[in-house]
Amino acid sequence: MIAHSTDPMPYQTVIGLEVHVQLKTRSKLFCRCENRFGAAPNTQTCPVCLGLPGALPVINQQALELAIRAGLALNCEIPPLTKWDRKQYFYPDLPKGYQISQFDLPICASGHLEIVDPEDASATRRIGITRAHLEEDAGKSIHDEAAGRTDSRIDLNRCGTPLLEIVSEPDLRSAAEARVYLSELKLLLTHLGVSDCEMQEGSLRVDANVNLWIDVSGEQVATPIVEIKNMNSFRSVERAILYEADRQFLAWQENGKTIRTEPKTTRGWDDARESTFPQREKEESADYRYFPDPDLLPVRIPRAQVEAARENLGELPAATRTRLEHEYKIKPYDADVIVNQGPAMIRYFETVAGLAGDGRRAGNWVQQDVLRMLKDRGETIESFPVSAAALGDLLARVVAGSLDNTRARDVFTAMLEKGQDVASAIAALGIATVDAGAVDSLCRELLEANPQVVEDFRGGKQQAIGSLIGQAKQKNPNANPQAVREALLRIVATM
Amino acid sequence: MQATREVAAEQIVAASFASIRQSEPQIRAFTHLAEETAMEAARQIDRKRERGDPLGPLAGIPVAVKDVLCTRDMPTTCGSRMLRDFRPPYDSTVVHKLRAADAILVGKTNMDEFAMGASTETSHFGITRNPWDHERTPGGSSGGAAAVVAAGNVPLSIGSDTGGSIRQPAAFCGITGLKPTYGRCSRYGLIAFASSLDQVGPMAWSVADAALLMQVIGGFDPRDSTSLEISSDDYAAAATDGDIRGLRIGVIREAVDHEGLDPDIRSAVLAALATFRDAGARIVDVHLPHSEYGVPAYYVVAPCEASSNLSRYDGAHYGFRAEPNAELAAASGPLLATYCRTRGEGFGAEVKRRILLGTYALSTGYFDAYYLKALKVRRLIRADYDAAFQSVDLLVGPATPSPAFRLGEKVDDPLQMYLCDLFTVGANLAGIPAISVPAGINPSGLPVGVQLQGPPLGESTLLRAAAALQARTDFHLQRPQR
Repeated sequence: MIAHSTDPMPYQTVIGLEVHVQLKTRSKLFCRCENRFGAAPNTQTCPVCLGLPGALPVINQQALELAIRAGLALNCEIPPLTKWDRKQYFYPDLPKGYQISQFDLPICASGHLEIVDPEDASATRRIGITRAHLEEDAGKSIHDEAAGRTDSRIDLNRCGTPLLEIVSEPDLRSAAEARVYLSELKLLLTHLGVSDCEMQEGSLRVDANVNLWIDVSGEQVATPIVEIKNMNSFRSVERAILYEADRQFLAWQENGKTIRTEPKTTRGWDDARESTFPQREKEESADYRYFPDPDLLPVRIPRAQVEAARENLGELPAATRTRLEHEYKIKPYDADVIVNQGPAMIRYFETVAGLAGDGRRAGNWVQQDVLRMLKDRGETIESFPVSAAALGDLLARVVAGSLDNTRARDVFTAMLEKGQDVASAIAALGIATVDAGAVDSLCRELLEANPQVVEDFRGGKQQAIGSLIGQAKQKNPNANPQAVREALLRIVATM
Repeated sequence: MQATREVAAEQIVAASFASIRQSEPQIRAFTHLAEETAMEAARQIDRKRERGDPLGPLAGIPVAVKDVLCTRDMPTTCGSRMLRDFRPPYDSTVVHKLRAADAILVGKTNMDEFAMGASTETSHFGITRNPWDHERTPGGSSGGAAAVVAAGNVPLSIGSDTGGSIRQPAAFCGITGLKPTYGRCSRYGLIAFASSLDQVGPMAWSVADAALLMQVIGGFDPRDSTSLEISSDDYAAAATDGDIRGLRIGVIREAVDHEGLDPDIRSAVLAALATFRDAGARIVDVHLPHSEYGVPAYYVVAPCEASSNLSRYDGAHYGFRAEPNAELAAASGPLLATYCRTRGEGFGAEVKRRILLGTYALSTGYFDAYYLKALKVRRLIRADYDAAFQSVDLLVGPATPSPAFRLGEKVDDPLQMYLCDLFTVGANLAGIPAISVPAGINPSGLPVGVQLQGPPLGESTLLRAAAALQARTDFHLQRPQR
């Protein structure tokens, strides 16, 4: 591992990401096989996805619809005509000897994604999307190299799974920015129901193109581009980019090679050793010999279909953040946290805020108490025992003054642990509304017992009253501190 | 074929196999015979008939299928060592339709390897002989399918046509062969040679029989994206009608006047034109100015697609696999070595030649000059036909430059072999229907064919005109003397 300096870099990292996401379709891209992860090897196949002689592909309309949906959310142009091309190479997990992909007329072209600037939560950065195209996934090769064996096994269940390859412009300038881009992309695609984006299951895969712009006495020199593969988490993407930037800078210092003299190369990421390593290119990858697939007709996409899809997009995460900030007066940070949790959390928050009648309070509770509990309990909001209606009810009582925040937390804990509703939790905790007369007599009692406090208050020390509020809570936990404070002030003035 | 209404299917199929047993030792047109299952299927048809169950339009009729169409109960070899032992787990749509029509599948017929050839000499399973003259080729690539009809083994067979592979063997064997409009018959389960050109079609003793078979195998198939979602015409009616009064027929001057055209074939074509005139058609001259570029364009487009379509035969999943030799494995790794030996030994010379041609033409730096250029030529050829069909209903010309040639005569000369496709590739490049029908017997006793070409989905017009010819001539009734 090369240590990276925290000093200002003498170079800028330039990153473009190629993200493959598996689309959440019912069936595969060109056949009727179920599109499902985790089945026994080679059980979800048919003549079409096995590439048997004579079998022919037929496009899955749902895949087209999801790709258009993703493209529109990424502000892409959806061209009126898109087509299919064969990308040809030999590999045992590619049974046809070619992959059906899209070469020069992708389904989505030139868009962008706005991301929150990792350096400044109130600023955004616009990352260009070069294109997004549909293609079929290959199978999985399982190389059993244990004990000196050279067996390879092939599982073709994944063959023909629909992929959307989303290619960004080289607009990302740091590993942190790459990570934010990936998080935002994942949020968007899961929100839209386009993909599950599970890196562990391989439904989101990332390749990063990285090079450096080095400032050499006022002139910019670019290092050769390296494509990094095999990264299995956002964290490893981030670390691989950091590692690669350092490696390229050292390499440049050593050999002076630049983008003008060197072709793009491919390196793999080794998670355990935290380093990238040169990768052998795929057999025959030098020339993919793309040509239009004669088994498939070009697809005409009617404008009306695109417009209907645009109308059905609904509110996208970025817009939701802004709306929550304005509508509920919550902080950008809270809005970001809530929106990043996904649509179910947004619905939960909005219900709570609506019932409580105080967005900021609801935001604090959801962002802090609810999220902490979810994390502790390893639960999702969908299965959280305290419903949005119940939490809203609870917070409404806080807003109305019949409960203070501390007591409300006790109630919340009881609701969570004992599964009680608000009313029974309050009853079980013995919380009763203390009437004004009781508060008054409690305060009078306390003032009479603490002449020094009265003395200090009269001498101008307003805060002296505070200690009495604490004592009042001890004598009667149900007493509302606000009501106690008001009563104390009122009574001391008459003494 | 009307006889099937009275004669038991079992008897008909038994007669078919008796005929096969007699001719097959010399002709060798089959790669697989399915006598047992065919006889059982025939008996089932007879039982259905006895019970009064409804019967399909081809009930009890023996049909042979070119070994390029997948059949779940028979091997499907494509005439290649690569698929010598391949048994598909599924039926092609056309085979499925044949079974649904109660046809009896007697076996699979020999062909040029992966349908690449014009003589059936490139088959891994040996040559097939022309029933009219055993020293001559039956044509190709559907040579087996043509020979079994000519030999009287079966009245009907299924061929496939990428550049003339139904029409040329039909002409060489004195039978009727129809290449339908691209997209009229499903390609699902047809092992691909060149996907944008391949079409399945009927081969038969007569136009009427071809029309009956076409009725069964044509139509939309949701499993084939290039299949036309348009319902079929009543082909059988068109073939029995035969009324061509007022039909405008164009004579393709570039073909009829071609210097490479055999004079006997020219005479037969002119005689057919005279017959059409007598039947009430109007004959006019037509030009297809780009037709001379058909063969060159075809021999770019077809190998390009073939090089891609045949990539799947890598020894990893099914079919032939050669274990890598140690030397190559050491030099290039076991994977590449397996690919090289499997493909080197599994494919024959003609297939490898075309894979090389196509791979070259699709490579970076050559794509525009070859593949894109060929596509432009293809559009010009289609435009020639479109222009011609503005003023005529169908086009007439020869099906082949020569009658059946001698076995071995061209097999070592690819260019000569490719020129066999001179008059047939145009219809494939343009995607239009074309039919070859017997038009004469030359002085050596060999049949010659005339080709009719129609506008897209003009099958009925072709069948009507061909039926008119057969109503006035008896060439289709003549049989080889053996």
